[in-house]
Amino acid sequence: MTVDQGMSRRMVLGALGGAAAGTALSGFLPLSRALAAKKLVVGFIYVGPRDDFGYNQAHAEAAAMLRSMSGVKVVEEEKVPETLDVQKTMESMINLDGAELVFPTSFGYFDPHMLKVAAKYPDVEFRHCGGMFKAGTHPANTGSYFGYIDEGQYLNGIAAGHATKSKKLGFVAAKPIPQVLRNINAFTLGARSVDPSITTQVIFTGDWSMPIKEAEATNGLVNAGVDVVTCHVDSPKVVVETAERRGAFTCGYHANQAPLAPKGYLTGAEWNWITVYKDFVTKAQAGEKPGQFVRGGLKEGFIKTSAYGPAVSPESKAAGEAVKAKMMAGDFSIFSGPISTNTGKEIVAAGKTYGQTDLWLEGMDWLVEGVVGSTS
Amino acid sequence: MEDLGWWGVALAVLAGAIRVSTPFLFVSLGELLTEKSGRINLGLEGTLVMGAMSAYAISYMTGSPWLGVLVAGLAGALFGVLHALICGLPRVNDIAVGIALMLLGTGLAFFLGKAFIQPQAPILPAIEFGWWSDLPQVRSALQINVLFILGVLLAPFLLWVLTNTKWGLIVRTVGDSADAARAMGYSVNLVRLAATASGGFLAGIGGSFLSLYYPGSWNEGLSSGQGLMAVALVIFARWQPIRCLGAALLFGGAGALGPALQSVGVTQGYYLFNAAPYLLTLVIMIATCSPTRTLTGAPGELSITK
Repeated sequence: MTVDQGMSRRMVLGALGGAAAGTALSGFLPLSRALAAKKLVVGFIYVGPRDDFGYNQAHAEAAAMLRSMSGVKVVEEEKVPETLDVQKTMESMINLDGAELVFPTSFGYFDPHMLKVAAKYPDVEFRHCGGMFKAGTHPANTGSYFGYIDEGQYLNGIAAGHATKSKKLGFVAAKPIPQVLRNINAFTLGARSVDPSITTQVIFTGDWSMPIKEAEATNGLVNAGVDVVTCHVDSPKVVVETAERRGAFTCGYHANQAPLAPKGYLTGAEWNWITVYKDFVTKAQAGEKPGQFVRGGLKEGFIKTSAYGPAVSPESKAAGEAVKAKMMAGDFSIFSGPISTNTGKEIVAAGKTYGQTDLWLEGMDWLVEGVVGSTS
Repeated sequence: MEDLGWWGVALAVLAGAIRVSTPFLFVSLGELLTEKSGRINLGLEGTLVMGAMSAYAISYMTGSPWLGVLVAGLAGALFGVLHALICGLPRVNDIAVGIALMLLGTGLAFFLGKAFIQPQAPILPAIEFGWWSDLPQVRSALQINVLFILGVLLAPFLLWVLTNTKWGLIVRTVGDSADAARAMGYSVNLVRLAATASGGFLAGIGGSFLSLYYPGSWNEGLSSGQGLMAVALVIFARWQPIRCLGAALLFGGAGALGPALQSVGVTQGYYLFNAAPYLLTLVIMIATCSPTRTLTGAPGELSITK
């Protein structure tokens, strides 16, 4: 058995104790059996309800799958605000449940909350979902993971571009932060790859969960002539249901919303977090340090797309599948020049290509040509 | 679909006023009745959320949204009774009880409502008042729910009851001077119990509108403080039912302004437009306040004015 920095003292003592007991009881018991008796406790913290048809559900579904792995115990807490509350939750997971691997899944948990608790418990590994971790500046027991879901939004855009008749698409967004802008841009670029005259109308609601604003925004978009709607809010349920009632098409986000819109659902960009979590847990169980800068898209299995809905034409499917195949092979990049912003500035020069892993993309603060909206 | 341009914004604000105002209207009319009897029930935010959850749950389980509306009203009335009974005890502060009930209502609704976030319940039908128009925007704006119509009729009815009937007189007497009401032989606690329970009933129905019509699904962020806003609307409306109607429409319309402007391409400053309802309140409050007189129309027994 090798002991390295990735394992906590508790884990080591537990394993030793287990091994000792195992040896004492039956001298020939394999060490691995004794180790299996000690479960790795993994803590999940969600900012909203676990079953929101959206962001939190995507994480919770993966957490539920982890439960079936042997030697893993999952503890969860939902609806934890991005305040001191999350520090308390992390402390109680560590002290009371013995969590050794903690996943605070919301953007706002990182600074200062996770950083503070991580500094206090150097034996516990923390991995944050989002793009803010910097090696060297942040504690050695922290890290970040995120998926390139803009690939899914690009594919959404292709489906939307084929489905639209008015050439006007709608995007209900929460806040103008880089991840959201990247999705809006990818969606628009995907649609404009079908027909360059397509525009995307963006409405920012101002926060992650504003059901009435989201319904108003969707109605407003449809009234303005938009016939395909997608979104980036915590729970797309209201947007998808409202669009379906108004007879517009929708592209999903976060999780599969096809059951909510049997007629108008085209396809959707979904998280597939189990790939990431399984990798983290397997590494931790093997005594290795879980990855600290983990990124991936369709190719790595971090995201997936919803099955195509009944309204998607065969040409649209073929076009989408062709791009998807390129993405899976790793030779497709969404942000390759020339790209202009919607204020008329050339942001990516012709011939220049930004690969998905490029950190420049994680600080996106502009909207591409064809987006009707502004970042402030 | 035809592009309406700026007319689209006006239409959206009107449509928003019709769609969004109903919960404000029901909760504020309920609160008005309660306050007329001399008590403030701050717990209506919790009642609203509880109403939304129970309506959705009942509609999903029985398939009848109207039964859901009824149950939401009854759940609201139950919360009203609870508030009135606790406040009937000596030396109990109605505002503190209201806050406790607000937390209880939201917490209980979140707890019981867990199982109903995912499923889709049948929702209330709308009446098409826009059949005369060829514009889909107009037709969509004039899809009006029966609850909205009921709410609009309720405002003048409540005014009539409060000013012209014996029951209204009793409620107002209890609200203005408990001693006078006692001297006349009325049970102050009983009247307040009835007023608070009816107020809760209305607030519960307001909640059912949220989950069963617009936006028409149950989730935990559904109310986002509308119940509290509606309580404030009562003061804003100076305890007059017709003004409650106006204030509710104003708030609904102002809330639609942000999304509507963005949908016609006014993309700058959306945070400001989203804050429109609150700015509007401040402006009207400042414009109508006066250093020389107190709040007119305030019931004399209210703990905030006494």
